[in-house]
Amino acid sequence: MTSSLRLVWVYPDLLSTYGDRGNLLVLERRARLRDIGVESVFVNSDQPVPRDGDIYLLGGGEDLPQVLAARRLRADGGLAAAADRGAVVFAVCAGYQLLGHEFGGADGEPTAGLGILDIRSGRGDRRAVGEIVADVDPGLGVPVLTGFENHQGVTRRGPDAAPLAQVSVGTGNGDGTEGAYAGRVLGTYSHGPALVRNPGLADLLLGWVVGPMRPLPAERDELALTLRRERLAAVTR
Amino acid sequence: MNKLPLRARLATSVGGAASKVSRLAGRGDGSVIGGVIGLRLEPGLLAMLAQDRDVVLVTGTNGKTTTTRLVTAALAPLGEQIASNAFGANMEAGMASALGQAPDATIAVLECDEKYIPTVLKATHARVLVLLNLSRDQMDRAAEIWLLARRWREAIDAAPDCHVVANADDPLIAWAAAKAPHVTWVAAGQRWHDDSWCCPRCGSHLRRTGGDWRCGECSFTRPPVRWALSGDDVIDQAGRVRPLDLALPGRANRSNAVVALAVAEVFGVDVVHALRGLRDVVSVAGRYTTVERRGVAIRLLLAKNPAGWLEALDVLRPPPEPVMLAVNAQVPDGRDTSWLWDVDYRRLRGRQVFVGGERRTDLAVRLEADDVTFELVAGIDEAVDRVGHGSLEVIGNYTAFQQIRTALGRAA
Ligand SMILES: [Zn+2]
Repeated sequence: MTSSLRLVWVYPDLLSTYGDRGNLLVLERRARLRDIGVESVFVNSDQPVPRDGDIYLLGGGEDLPQVLAARRLRADGGLAAAADRGAVVFAVCAGYQLLGHEFGGADGEPTAGLGILDIRSGRGDRRAVGEIVADVDPGLGVPVLTGFENHQGVTRRGPDAAPLAQVSVGTGNGDGTEGAYAGRVLGTYSHGPALVRNPGLADLLLGWVVGPMRPLPAERDELALTLRRERLAAVTR
Repeated sequence: MNKLPLRARLATSVGGAASKVSRLAGRGDGSVIGGVIGLRLEPGLLAMLAQDRDVVLVTGTNGKTTTTRLVTAALAPLGEQIASNAFGANMEAGMASALGQAPDATIAVLECDEKYIPTVLKATHARVLVLLNLSRDQMDRAAEIWLLARRWREAIDAAPDCHVVANADDPLIAWAAAKAPHVTWVAAGQRWHDDSWCCPRCGSHLRRTGGDWRCGECSFTRPPVRWALSGDDVIDQAGRVRPLDLALPGRANRSNAVVALAVAEVFGVDVVHALRGLRDVVSVAGRYTTVERRGVAIRLLLAKNPAGWLEALDVLRPPPEPVMLAVNAQVPDGRDTSWLWDVDYRRLRGRQVFVGGERRTDLAVRLEADDVTFELVAGIDEAVDRVGHGSLEVIGNYTAFQQIRTALGRAA
């Protein structure tokens, strides 16, 4: 064990609708296979968010839990403080939206988010459900994003957030881009276990904490890469 | 039945004829097509067909089909004819068809899809509404479950004569049923907690101690129960303990049986007689059936969502009993396989595990993350050949389960 990595799953009681646990399991596995020690902490919405985590994970959620989660995270302040000191934050779907300045609440009304990421979200006209494929910002060095989206959100970026990817299949933010990032805070509409089909993205997050890593032995990555190929082949670009 | 208006009689007989044709043509069991045609001729058909009958509606995310079967069995001692959509055709057409095919039945036990409860409750003036549980299910098409619970609540509020039989262990169910004037609360258990950490009334964190739960902020608490499942026994309101001794396996089915006893009580059926009926049920629409294939005894289990998978994994015989898991992602299954990550597969370690279905790679990646060793197979026969002799448990989600039943020649 060269070092120990602290993963914090934020509010699994409110923000976990679509197999969000997958992101935690993928990060744990890919760290362990490189002999990096991992400690995972689950923080429920009635507990304070620790400020000393390395990677914070936020999942998806229904409208009401999303509003509650945003309110409690704002009152708690721990996540914003952690992001301020450079911790990695990875958020999907409802979690992605609430990182921004505002999002659409239970009846679509503007609701205050955390303001950690320079985005604003609202509710679109139709629900985007299906496979999503998007070319990741070349600066991140991550292969094409493959995932499943299921949301009715529309997200606009401010000048301080860069798009994570350019959509070739699916909806994403609604303007041809998908997700957003700034520094080490990264969000995506690719929901649930988004890192399962995108091990490159998982390694990007890990690398932000531990620095350059050796690639995994091919046989350890084989199944994940097969799944990527299958899902990419199943949608026509 | 003669009281039906001419149009409804016509709709029923045309629908019935279509069912018969569909069965004769070998296209399905005829449980839907008749209703579809009938409803097209007379949209008010369901209400007309339900008139003057004692209707029991059964709904919830999991256990609908089995509970419908068990309620029917528990009411058998009444000696009345009972109409039922026993094969799980649980939308309006399936219900209309079941009623149309049993014109003389005075009682109807109907499985109803969660989304249709408001309409169907209104149309049938149900005497009893059974609410089993609510959890995430095929999220790419289903309504959000808090929203669903709210709609049920409004529908129940508008039907004050309906007697509700509800699972007190599921906070969302307790919230949905709380407004009803007549409720029989059943401690039917809740294996899956991940959709009910928060108070449905105020959103605060729920506190759980043992089987009990209460909101940390407001006054919402688990209601006192009249019937409870305890291990393999049922306990009634007077504290009498009776063994269930079901032929059906698993804790989920035992709680469904306790729910059925609560329904039987509403109809005045003696618990001893009702229990006898429950014990006779051995399989439900192909589930739990054992089929022989090339010398291997295969038992089929259906699991459609994370809570259902937890229950199916509970039912498995202990290791080293081999198991095959099959997962598809067709429209009836939900096109999204994310839910696989909500299921804890670690307890499959130490068995021979076969992985099949159209989305077997998704499942394989999931098992790899849980350090479960497995073998990929093209279909049920390959798994059977590798097992060679003895027995094999099979768990499939909806269309994967149906494909395996078909492969086994519908003997299942
Ligand atoms: Zn409360």
